[in-house]
Amino acid sequence: MPDTFLELRHVKTHFPVERGIIFRRRIGTVKAVDGVSLHLQQGEVLGLVGESGCGKSTLGRTILQLVPPTEGTVILAGRTLNELHGTELRQARADFQMIFQDPYASLNPRMTVYDTLAEAIGSHRQVPAVEMPARVAALMQKVGLPPRAIKKYPHEFSGGQRQRIAIARALAVEPKLIIADEPVSALDVSIQAQIINLLAKLSREMQLTLIFISHDLSVVKHIADRIAVMYLGKIVELGPAADVFEKPLHPYTKALVSAVPIPDPERERQRQRILLLGDPPSPMNPPGGCPFHPRCSHAVVECKTSVPSLDEFRPGQQAACIRLKEIS
Amino acid sequence: MLLKVTNLKTSFHTRNGVVRAVDGVSFVLGAGETLGIVGESGSGKSVTCYSIMGLIPQPPGRIEGGQAMFGDMDLLRCGPEELRRIRGARISMIFQDPMTSLNPYLRIEDQLIEPLLIHEKIERSSAIKRAIAALEEVGVPDAAQRIRSYPHEFSGGMRQRVMIAMALITKPQLLIADEPTTALDVTVQAQILELIKKLQRERGMAVIWVTHDLGVVAGFCDRVLVMYAGRIVESAPTQQIFKHPLHPYNRALQKSIPALQAKGAELYTIPGAPPDLARKPEGCAFAPRCEFAADKCRAGEMPLKEAEQGHATACWRVLDGEIKL
Repeated sequence: MPDTFLELRHVKTHFPVERGIIFRRRIGTVKAVDGVSLHLQQGEVLGLVGESGCGKSTLGRTILQLVPPTEGTVILAGRTLNELHGTELRQARADFQMIFQDPYASLNPRMTVYDTLAEAIGSHRQVPAVEMPARVAALMQKVGLPPRAIKKYPHEFSGGQRQRIAIARALAVEPKLIIADEPVSALDVSIQAQIINLLAKLSREMQLTLIFISHDLSVVKHIADRIAVMYLGKIVELGPAADVFEKPLHPYTKALVSAVPIPDPERERQRQRILLLGDPPSPMNPPGGCPFHPRCSHAVVECKTSVPSLDEFRPGQQAACIRLKEIS
Repeated sequence: MLLKVTNLKTSFHTRNGVVRAVDGVSFVLGAGETLGIVGESGSGKSVTCYSIMGLIPQPPGRIEGGQAMFGDMDLLRCGPEELRRIRGARISMIFQDPMTSLNPYLRIEDQLIEPLLIHEKIERSSAIKRAIAALEEVGVPDAAQRIRSYPHEFSGGMRQRVMIAMALITKPQLLIADEPTTALDVTVQAQILELIKKLQRERGMAVIWVTHDLGVVAGFCDRVLVMYAGRIVESAPTQQIFKHPLHPYNRALQKSIPALQAKGAELYTIPGAPPDLARKPEGCAFAPRCEFAADKCRAGEMPLKEAEQGHATACWRVLDGEIKL
């Protein structure tokens, strides 16, 4: 594809599990991300969903080179990020930024809003000191922070306002890609809506490519163009947001969608829930074959041995399941 | 009627002043009924439950007034001995984080039989039999073996099942659940909700379910209380809360949830943030954020009043028919 902006090729991120103090020996591997390939266009919003431990956060961190991939390549705007080192990587970081879940932990409590944003603006380019206040003010306006808040410290803000500061800090270097890892999960419902609207507006206006990581399907459905569903380090379904939510293909996506409570008593009481058995297995020794087969009600013997590939079943909608034709 | 709470007031005395966390809450709960309490953080939903259970640390907390009649006993006034006989026997509570509610040093076995040994004075061996049966009932596989494990050997969902087994082992009449599924994945949350529904049907137990998730309330509760800044602002049967909101806050809350919106449409947002409970505004606490606020909303406090049969609101303007939501 000519207009691919971000490309992942068979990305794997494995963490060794070691034991022993003097003689460290490897007792296993956590395959947090295990062979993910993905194409994103500029300005696209991808929702990355899955349950805890599925590897969605690790994938986000791997794309940003906060964790080096064990295998595979990450290509952003024609540059292979995982081959960059030192200064090159530092310079490249101006193109991609991250927003974290907890705005209480990700801001320096001893820095005012001005200091935080000015540091971010000055980190990648020289800005004359006289211009700085205007730049900071422009950033604050962009994320909806009142100008009088410029000299305040993080503790003087509510959770939603802090998340706005974190978003402003990410925007300070004018990045092209932002990865937001559960940016609204720590916020109250009425504040969530404000932040979701802000992120949607920014991605539209600034042609930002946004990867929105969340466990909350209804939030992701709202903001994303496409959704990728992860299970045990692999993408099991990928497609347009509305299709994945309303016409899910993969048995896991179906169960996940049916487990999300709908705030409508009539619909909620009538619908059939697909109840999964047990918990997600440990990524340290994932089951062979299809990672979902031990919890899948459609599993047959073949699912235990053959690893399904992510194939297209409807236009733009892919799923990794060998029995898809029979069960849909 | 199983529980009748009247004008409960709980405050915390802090350096920043007196935080009126619960400020005049009244409700009744029938036997076998499921009551949902929804609200955002700081709305007083948890403090209400903690007050009823006698779990407010005093100081800094203080129960300023009110009554919580459970049968013919006022839970707010009875002594620690009496409370101990009720808690864990006739009223049980489960919490959000199962890991911090289980003792990491004790086997599940010892923690499960504790309520039985205290409340029923039975032999350890028969208590263990009941504990195994209780674990099987909540769907812990291999219960006879797993009962010898420690909490860290269980996953989050399994730990929450252990908590539920522990809370229900004495067959209480009332279960208070403080966001027990918030820390869990949605597929596990669905399992736990089904489980509690099933146990409730079998035993006719009443449940108070505290949550911020309107979706959970919709599928699970008979009646709902919506709380804001320490007060109940609306109380109604679940259907009515969703289909026919009578308080601007409830309506705004529902409008701002992505699940109910057309995709891509801008989400409705409530301007501003909840008030500081140590410096609550005069009059209706929601007025500064309310699009319908008029002068009289800022003048005096509005008590919760029935607008229709079983459906109460704390909004002047709705009650006087000035606005339609």
